[in-house]
Amino acid sequence: MDMLRYMDDNGNIIRSPEPPIDNEILKKQYKIMLLCRLLDERMFKMQRQGRIGFYIASMGEEATYVGSVSALEERDWVFLCYREPGAAFWRGFSLNLYIAQMMGNAHDLCKGRQMPNHYASKKLKLSSISSPVGTQIPQAAGCAWAAKLSKSDEIALVYFGEGATSGGDFHTAMNFAGVFKLPVIFLCRNNQFAISVPVERQTAVMSISEKACAYGFEGRLVDGNDVLAVYDATKRAVEKARAGQGPTLIEALTYRRGAHSTSDDPRMYRKDEDVSPWIKRDPIARMKNYLINKNLLTNTENEELEKELNAAIVNTITEEEKTPMPIVDSLFDDVYAEILPHLSLQKEYIKKYIVSLQKNA
Amino acid sequence: MAQMNIIQALNNALKTEMRLNDKIVVLGEDVGRLGGVFRVTVGLIDEFGTDRVIDTPLAEAGIIGSALGMALYGLRPVAEIQFADFIFPAFDQIVNEVAKYRYRSGGQYSCPMVIRTPYGGGIKGGHYHSQSPEAYFAHTAGLKIVIPSNPYDAKGLLIAAIRDNDPVIFFEPKRIYRASSGEVPDNDYVIPIGKANIVRKGKDVVLLAYGAMVPVAMSTAEKAAQEGIEIELIDIRTLVPLDVETIIESVKRIGKVIVVHEAPKTCGFGAELVAVINEHAFLYLEAPVMRVTGFDTPFPYSLEKYYLPDENRILYSVREVMSY
Repeated sequence: MDMLRYMDDNGNIIRSPEPPIDNEILKKQYKIMLLCRLLDERMFKMQRQGRIGFYIASMGEEATYVGSVSALEERDWVFLCYREPGAAFWRGFSLNLYIAQMMGNAHDLCKGRQMPNHYASKKLKLSSISSPVGTQIPQAAGCAWAAKLSKSDEIALVYFGEGATSGGDFHTAMNFAGVFKLPVIFLCRNNQFAISVPVERQTAVMSISEKACAYGFEGRLVDGNDVLAVYDATKRAVEKARAGQGPTLIEALTYRRGAHSTSDDPRMYRKDEDVSPWIKRDPIARMKNYLINKNLLTNTENEELEKELNAAIVNTITEEEKTPMPIVDSLFDDVYAEILPHLSLQKEYIKKYIVSLQKNA
Repeated sequence: MAQMNIIQALNNALKTEMRLNDKIVVLGEDVGRLGGVFRVTVGLIDEFGTDRVIDTPLAEAGIIGSALGMALYGLRPVAEIQFADFIFPAFDQIVNEVAKYRYRSGGQYSCPMVIRTPYGGGIKGGHYHSQSPEAYFAHTAGLKIVIPSNPYDAKGLLIAAIRDNDPVIFFEPKRIYRASSGEVPDNDYVIPIGKANIVRKGKDVVLLAYGAMVPVAMSTAEKAAQEGIEIELIDIRTLVPLDVETIIESVKRIGKVIVVHEAPKTCGFGAELVAVINEHAFLYLEAPVMRVTGFDTPFPYSLEKYYLPDENRILYSVREVMSY
């Protein structure tokens, strides 16, 4: 099986020519990946300290989303799963809004309605994240379809894990996309675990990318820990989609080095030795060496960058921890465009109830 | 003004709206070339083309999931689920996604779309062409549920549903699709969603009904009048949001109520009506609120006529409530 790689495990180029990427883009890719790694470490600690309720990290998978989202234009759509924070940051989602959503406070664009890692930004064309696996996949296909029907060259990129490929939504979306030649890119982050269930239980084929042929289009397997490879495959898929040549399935092979979430303990189902080979393929370390070899980064600059990012993270957390929770009234907004009579009654009831609590306190 | 049956009225509504708003896209199985298995979408593909009237693969989850994506983009999809019995593969997309998308995104996104689907029995369709699943959806916050009972309402309510900025599930009473015709204006009129209609004024018993049960309730009222019982009949039209004001005004005035629906009894929408009446008008009741409904069985084939409430079954309960 051909797997696309541009870098070896140490970040040395093994395939030429490299994809043409502006230096500024390369540096931004590195910075965003590093931000995600540092943020994940901090957010995990916050959860263990009880300062946020829950968190989903993406340690080791940073290249899968940064490499791909950086191949899109601003006008394109991104449909998220829940393990691609860098896709949001790349597009301009602020650290404040991200952390506000983790805390569910009054700054959260989603008004504290959902659990952590379930953000949304219409302005940045980032879909709203949900928990049911794979539901975003046909939605992305539909959005791409709408762009095509409207004669626009916008494309949609949709993320999902290998677990989602077992579900019906994946199948139906791939099928619609193939039949109607939709400008959608299916980006499967095969991190080899769906909580505790290994990829061998999700499919009998060697590579998820093989599945595309059943739907009449191309599937590509790439080294998901190689930013250049992920970028290159996505860029080609984007160009293909924009030229009206339809969808592509990209499998970014990677490894979920951490737990599924803060509610999971991977030691219950795998050994530390299984994880070690993937530490050697760390996407951030590889890219760091690549940039150093290209004279785009020095070790000193890297230390400065880490300090800067950590400071930004800490400052934002401090700010957002001061932000109050949303008010109770907001519970009843946005169920519909305008509040309905029965909801107004329910809102009246809860407010009377709260007043009575205060009276009896 | 033309005489139209429900099918023609719905077809007219779609044509009218699609001419006014080029963002409307109709999609579903057999809706394009065939014009729909019930012919509701006949002629649309000829007038509006294959970019706006789309024959989809056989996949309800795909139909609704992609309709959601289209709505996010800014189109206004009208998706058809061929029979309400087949809506369940799309249940996750409807309940977990369509219904919640606005709320969970903090109001950033909305999903204006209509899901049209023929429902109800009386066509010898058995378990899988006769179901009335409206209660599952009325229970889901974020959806509006609309059920017309006649051609005039069907057109006005479908236009209202298409224009509504919230997702609407539009249940079409297939048994009376062609049953009778009525005067339907040519223009693009709207019947407001959330308003019930007092179809017949009375003084002895209130009948609450919707969909195909409305004409049945109407002929029950005519029979009851011969026994000196004057029934007030309310066509609910919108289940969510419910027109509590109209219903409660009648209940308070009359004091005896019967709810009629085809759907199975337990946790059917009638249960909600009884609860609402209990909350708002308990002290005005002269008798328990009764329900005449389908039974808690799968919808039968051979014994269909015993399952569906008819005039005699409703009269049976009318006489019972009058004895209080």
